[in-house]
Amino acid sequence: MSVTEKAPPAETPATARAPRLRDEHGRRIRVWELVLRYALLLGVLALTVGPFLWQLSTSLKGPHEDIFSSPPRFLPGDPTLHNYQRVADTIPVWDYALNSLKVAAANVVTNCVGSALAGYALARLRYRGRRLATLVFVLAMLVPAESIIIAQFTTMRELGLNNTLIGVVLPGCIGAMNVLLMRNAFLNLPYEIEEAAFVDGANAWQRFLRIALPSVKGTLAVVAIFAFMGAWDDFLWPLIVLSDPSKFTLTIGLNYLHGTFANDERLVAAGTIIAVAPLIALFACLQRYFFRGVGEGAVKG
Amino acid sequence: MASPSSTARVPRSAARGRHPGSATREQGPGAPRPGSRVRRQLPTSPWLFAAPGILVVGVFILYPFVSTLVNAFTDRRTLMPGEYVGLANFRELLHDEMFWTGLRNSTLYVLGVVPALVLLPLLLALLVQKNIPGITFFRSAFYTPVVASIVVVGLIWVWLLDERGLVNALLEAIGVGKVGFLSDQWLLLLSAMAVTVWRGLGYYMIIYLAALANVPRELHEAAQVDGAGAVRRFFTVTVPAVRSTMVLVAALSSVSAFKVFSEVYLMAGPDGGPAGEDTTLVMLVQRTGTGLTGRVGYASAISVVVFLVTVVLMLLVLRADRKEET
Repeated sequence: MSVTEKAPPAETPATARAPRLRDEHGRRIRVWELVLRYALLLGVLALTVGPFLWQLSTSLKGPHEDIFSSPPRFLPGDPTLHNYQRVADTIPVWDYALNSLKVAAANVVTNCVGSALAGYALARLRYRGRRLATLVFVLAMLVPAESIIIAQFTTMRELGLNNTLIGVVLPGCIGAMNVLLMRNAFLNLPYEIEEAAFVDGANAWQRFLRIALPSVKGTLAVVAIFAFMGAWDDFLWPLIVLSDPSKFTLTIGLNYLHGTFANDERLVAAGTIIAVAPLIALFACLQRYFFRGVGEGAVKG
Repeated sequence: MASPSSTARVPRSAARGRHPGSATREQGPGAPRPGSRVRRQLPTSPWLFAAPGILVVGVFILYPFVSTLVNAFTDRRTLMPGEYVGLANFRELLHDEMFWTGLRNSTLYVLGVVPALVLLPLLLALLVQKNIPGITFFRSAFYTPVVASIVVVGLIWVWLLDERGLVNALLEAIGVGKVGFLSDQWLLLLSAMAVTVWRGLGYYMIIYLAALANVPRELHEAAQVDGAGAVRRFFTVTVPAVRSTMVLVAALSSVSAFKVFSEVYLMAGPDGGPAGEDTTLVMLVQRTGTGLTGRVGYASAISVVVFLVTVVLMLLVLRADRKEET
């Protein structure tokens, strides 16, 4: 065994011994390479997922368990949900979760509807000023959000919407990038079906609703997921626009929890798990849309 | 990243070579139309479709952008309209130590984070590229930090890097002793960078995976036949093949690194450490411009600097790209 692992070319003995594992091109993968790969994969796994598990473990440790022990204890000796109860007693965490959910749900609906409509107008409808309309969205996409955040805040004040959940949702409720993503999706559809519908007398709304929209469900799902994740995870904007603790979203509530009870690690850990669990569940169910969104957002956006 | 010209390209149905008749079919309000239905629809509905989007983007993105540019030349405050003060805000910036601290920290952040985010996710993508059993699980697991909110991620690492946290417990167990990750000014900045890189790994890994899928296998095989080892093949085959993606990643990550806020805010506190020595530019914008006494004018001037630097960063990346190409 050790001979095959050390011999540098290792071609003949290792392949002879290798299980029938082949890569996507039908070539055998050598055993030592496989071992090395899995070792590296497990190492990176510990680095990326480990911190979440440690946080989960901390949140489950009871008040009498030493969370500072050295060497550290990875598993809670006596797992308890006590800390989650305490978070709810300390801050209105479920209200915050509900606020986050409202903001995220609203963001999903407005982004899906708004960007599908605008995307369709940019891709399919003919009217004067369409180039200008497209340019508006491209320019908006290029403006870094952080550099206009103070002006957005004063705009919200002028509208009397600061310190409201509506104010949290509004600036991103129809993302320019989502509009352009939908536009690209509509452009990639073949014209023929819509033409046939047009000949049959379908108007723009009917063509949009019955023919074009059902064909871009995939992109729409990507927009929905990223709208949800973006709203649920957002920090800087709600931090600026919300000042009343009863209207906090989860991220702002967590920041408040951390600022006020920083030395109660079990409490903060339980709060973070509450905030992250829904998204991890969502991700586990809808992975391929998450990955697709990264590709489309980065390359086409 | 779509350039304005490519996104504004109008695909005319005639240019697509489909159904010659369709070229005239939707020419717009001016064109004579056979069906009265169409005449009724076209003049209004296209704008109805686009109106919500244009309204939102106009009011909440473009108007604030213009108003940032205008406010930067006024002494506007949250509760005070303010007057035109010329370049006074920008002159004040030059003598504001906190501004230079912020500019330094945000710049250091770019220098620290971007090389790591260009290289590490590429290596990670190579690691998860090959379809071996269980690889989809690993790919998903590596993406988990991207899904989590930056606040969650920040707080997890604040606890991990705490003086009594896991990392220090492990360091102590192996005899290194405690390290003040969150108490030393520079170590804190470095730790925040590490968190940014940690959270970005999975995201850029997916981008690289898409690029790697397009690298022709023959190139690798040819290099292998020529006797090039794995390292050599990485530099002579992989890197040139994904170079444009590396440029894209460099552009995306440098812009977002310069605008860093949450990581440092959470790890160093709202004031960026006891004397504000870990303040970043966007933290300064947030601190200066919000609240009832917020100096909107001055914060806008800093915002303009943030905007200009991100534009310069993009141009630098693109220029470096072009230079290498020739």
